[in-house]
Amino acid sequence: MRIFAFIHLLVSIPHGYSNYVETKAGQFFSSGHTNNWAVLVCTSRFWFNYRHVANTLSVYRSVKRLGIPDSHIVLMLADDMACNYRNPKPATVFSHKNMELNVYGDDVEVDYRGYEVTVENFLRVLTGRLPPSTPRSKRLLSDDRSNILIYLTGHGGNGFLKFQDSEEISNMELADAFEQMWQKRRYNELLFIIDTCQGASMYERFYSPNLMALASSQVGEDSLSHQPDLAIGVHLMDKYTFYLLEFLEEVHPASQANMNDLFKVCPQSQCVSTPGHRTDLFQRDPGSVLITDFFGSVRKVEITKDTINLTSPVDRKKYITGFLCCQTNL
Amino acid sequence: MGLFMQHLCEPDTLCHHFLMVCYLAAIVWFMGLAFEPFTLRTYMSENAMGSTMVEERFSSGERALSLAKEFDAHKRKAGGMPMEWLVKAMQARGLEVFTQSFSRKLPFPDENKERYMVRGTNVYGILRAPRAPRTEALVITAPCSPGNSNNQAVGLLLALAQYFRNQIFWAKDIIFLVNEHDLIGMQAWLEGYHHTNITGYSPLQGRAGSIQAALSLELSSDVITSLDLILEGLNGQLPNLDLANLFYAFCQKLGVLCTIQGKLQRNDWDTAEGYTHAAQTMMLMVLKQACGRSWGDHGLFLRYHIEAASIRGINGFRHYKMDVATIGRLLEGMVRKLNNLLERLHQSYFFYLLPSLSRFVSIGYYMPAFGLLAVILLLRALDLWVNLGAPALEAVDGVTEAEQPSGPGVLTVLTPVVISHLTGVALYLLPVHLQEMAVEHFPVSETEAVVLTAVAIYTAGLALPHNTQRLLSGEGTEQGWKVLKLTALLYLAVLLGCTALINFSLGFILAVTLVPITASMTPHMPKALSALAMVLLSPAFTILYCVFIYQELIEAPVSVSEGWMLFLSVISQGILDHALYGSLVYPLLALFIYPCWLMFWNILFWS
Repeated sequence: MRIFAFIHLLVSIPHGYSNYVETKAGQFFSSGHTNNWAVLVCTSRFWFNYRHVANTLSVYRSVKRLGIPDSHIVLMLADDMACNYRNPKPATVFSHKNMELNVYGDDVEVDYRGYEVTVENFLRVLTGRLPPSTPRSKRLLSDDRSNILIYLTGHGGNGFLKFQDSEEISNMELADAFEQMWQKRRYNELLFIIDTCQGASMYERFYSPNLMALASSQVGEDSLSHQPDLAIGVHLMDKYTFYLLEFLEEVHPASQANMNDLFKVCPQSQCVSTPGHRTDLFQRDPGSVLITDFFGSVRKVEITKDTINLTSPVDRKKYITGFLCCQTNL
Repeated sequence: MGLFMQHLCEPDTLCHHFLMVCYLAAIVWFMGLAFEPFTLRTYMSENAMGSTMVEERFSSGERALSLAKEFDAHKRKAGGMPMEWLVKAMQARGLEVFTQSFSRKLPFPDENKERYMVRGTNVYGILRAPRAPRTEALVITAPCSPGNSNNQAVGLLLALAQYFRNQIFWAKDIIFLVNEHDLIGMQAWLEGYHHTNITGYSPLQGRAGSIQAALSLELSSDVITSLDLILEGLNGQLPNLDLANLFYAFCQKLGVLCTIQGKLQRNDWDTAEGYTHAAQTMMLMVLKQACGRSWGDHGLFLRYHIEAASIRGINGFRHYKMDVATIGRLLEGMVRKLNNLLERLHQSYFFYLLPSLSRFVSIGYYMPAFGLLAVILLLRALDLWVNLGAPALEAVDGVTEAEQPSGPGVLTVLTPVVISHLTGVALYLLPVHLQEMAVEHFPVSETEAVVLTAVAIYTAGLALPHNTQRLLSGEGTEQGWKVLKLTALLYLAVLLGCTALINFSLGFILAVTLVPITASMTPHMPKALSALAMVLLSPAFTILYCVFIYQELIEAPVSVSEGWMLFLSVISQGILDHALYGSLVYPLLALFIYPCWLMFWNILFWS
């Protein structure tokens, strides 16, 4: 009798083990994404808007440091501050005064530069409606398993963001663009961060699922700039992104910091404006969303020392599908 | 009804009182502009310039002073502009140096500056921006004056050039200009640079793109106690207020005392002394703007849409003195901020009055004062128009008149107009053209000849009405003078309006004296008294009063004879300014205002 029980146990262990691997495989895809993209946009030109370029470059720096490669980052800078004639330190863009941190570095890849940063190009990048001749570096080649980080900075107002002194994008256009992205299955989850005056007005109109949004100030408030550098003669960063950068410098690829920590960045005592966020369209609880889900490109690597039995046709399909998914997103 | 309409604005009626109230309201409004709660605080409008957020590191004050001494020595040796030394000094500092020689013959000798045939050289060096294309430029100038003046300005200019050459953040070329014979040299340089009228001037060889802003330095001592800002330019044109705001912001940052019209700002606006101080500052600006001459070397830039200001260092009797290095730092800060400009200064006001450096009155606030005066003329004209249309009603009412129902002959109205304008043309042309003849016949110098001829023609105009009416056949009618007065009132309103738009101060001062006499002038008033009033409020006497008031305001009051000599020199300066730089005050007064006044003089003696 006991032998039968023991044999039954022995037979059920591989089955139990395959269940265990299944659940682990399920957990591997629990966040739902397999690849990360970032679209970082600075919309202002002119020397006195140095801080917007520095904002964007500091987010670029963090995102690259945490693992997203240049091929998965679309960087749009409306003006070239590093090589501006008025820059007393050419080929640098500083984010901290006394020139502590040069966010320009020597491996910055700008995909859309100068006059190419327009509302039309931004929306085309988001929705994927680009002419066939557009090079890969200028495309957002995301799929339904991509987590996308979108960061916008510049001059804005109630319901609009100004692009380059000549045009604006409204919050309705942005919401519709995200809806197009959802319908074309171009993202899994999307984190939208905006650092402008009255930034919260830009995410008011979102209506697509799986969107989380952060803004540096509420409607009716101005986002303020942080520190001037007297040698360079301009403000170097905006307050919100400065504290965001300080927060991100503490994050490393294995960090377990989650979105609730991000919401706490730059309270009113430091920022003067009140940062806002919106999570009602997001399906997961923000406390379970890791920072690296959006800012990093973290591959979960599990070392298995056991062989996996692929004889069962159901198991084989599941593992081969998973294997193929990983391959296409390199 | 007809009678009521006919005598609408006779003395002691409601309309007449309304006009008097308008006039008083205009005066009170104007004086109230200096009251601090009615003014606005100045602020920087240009986003690109931002705040005074730069680090000034200029420290070569000693070098500037030693250069000043060298310049002085070479200036004495050369007896004028030390061209070779200056060229070598600028080249040693890495500038591209060019010279321009010019010559000019004045229409008659200038007794104030003792020159007649002027010959000189301008020397300028261009600091090319290290990385930028050569499309825009900034100009810093210092005059080369005879004697001990402005040596330190040139020394500071050279020291700044050397310091600027070591910086890499220039987005515009910087031109360092030393001009000889102040405004004449500056006029020559500007005409050569912009290729406008190059007769008599050799064209410029070196150019640097379109000039965005210019600063003129006047510094004559090693230490200073305050810096004075001079804004008034040719024809009363003013630079953009942002330039004054920039200067004031940097003065505050560096703790430098800054003044405007030589007067320091006071904090007690609610006391009588505080208000009079602000009112005096504003009146000085109004008088300086009205006379239409350029009060600093910067004044000629304004015509080319280049915002420019003059900064003069004053060594007064104060305890706290500043050295040349501080002025250098102030200029460094200002030029660095101007370097950040992307377009010409255009965000702030172009028409304003400054009761102090931190308070301003914009055109929207001061124009109603002039508007109230213009309303008086227009109401008078309307009254006359209604009156002229009323004769038909009189016949209906049964009141018989001896006048003809039809209008007066065109000749009776046209003649005074034509003759007045011919007198004006004579006043404009004859003084300069007849100076040789005058010098032959009278023991006077050319300048005196010109000025006295002008005064003589002006006085001769007073005798006109008697003479022209002897020539004309037939007598003037009641209708005649009314039509003439209507024409003259409208003409005066248009003239003063156009003048006030371009040069508010000139328009307002002329309106204040001309409007009361012209609006109320009729042939039926007591002749002797009204003639005296008209002469005492004529344009020439207005100039005389302004001279006396100006001398009072700058705390250097003059006696009657000195005032008269000053008045004569003002006339000669006016004619010279017109001939040399194109100032429009003398032609306006001679060709338009004086004939208009003569038409009213004609009306007074209408018979």
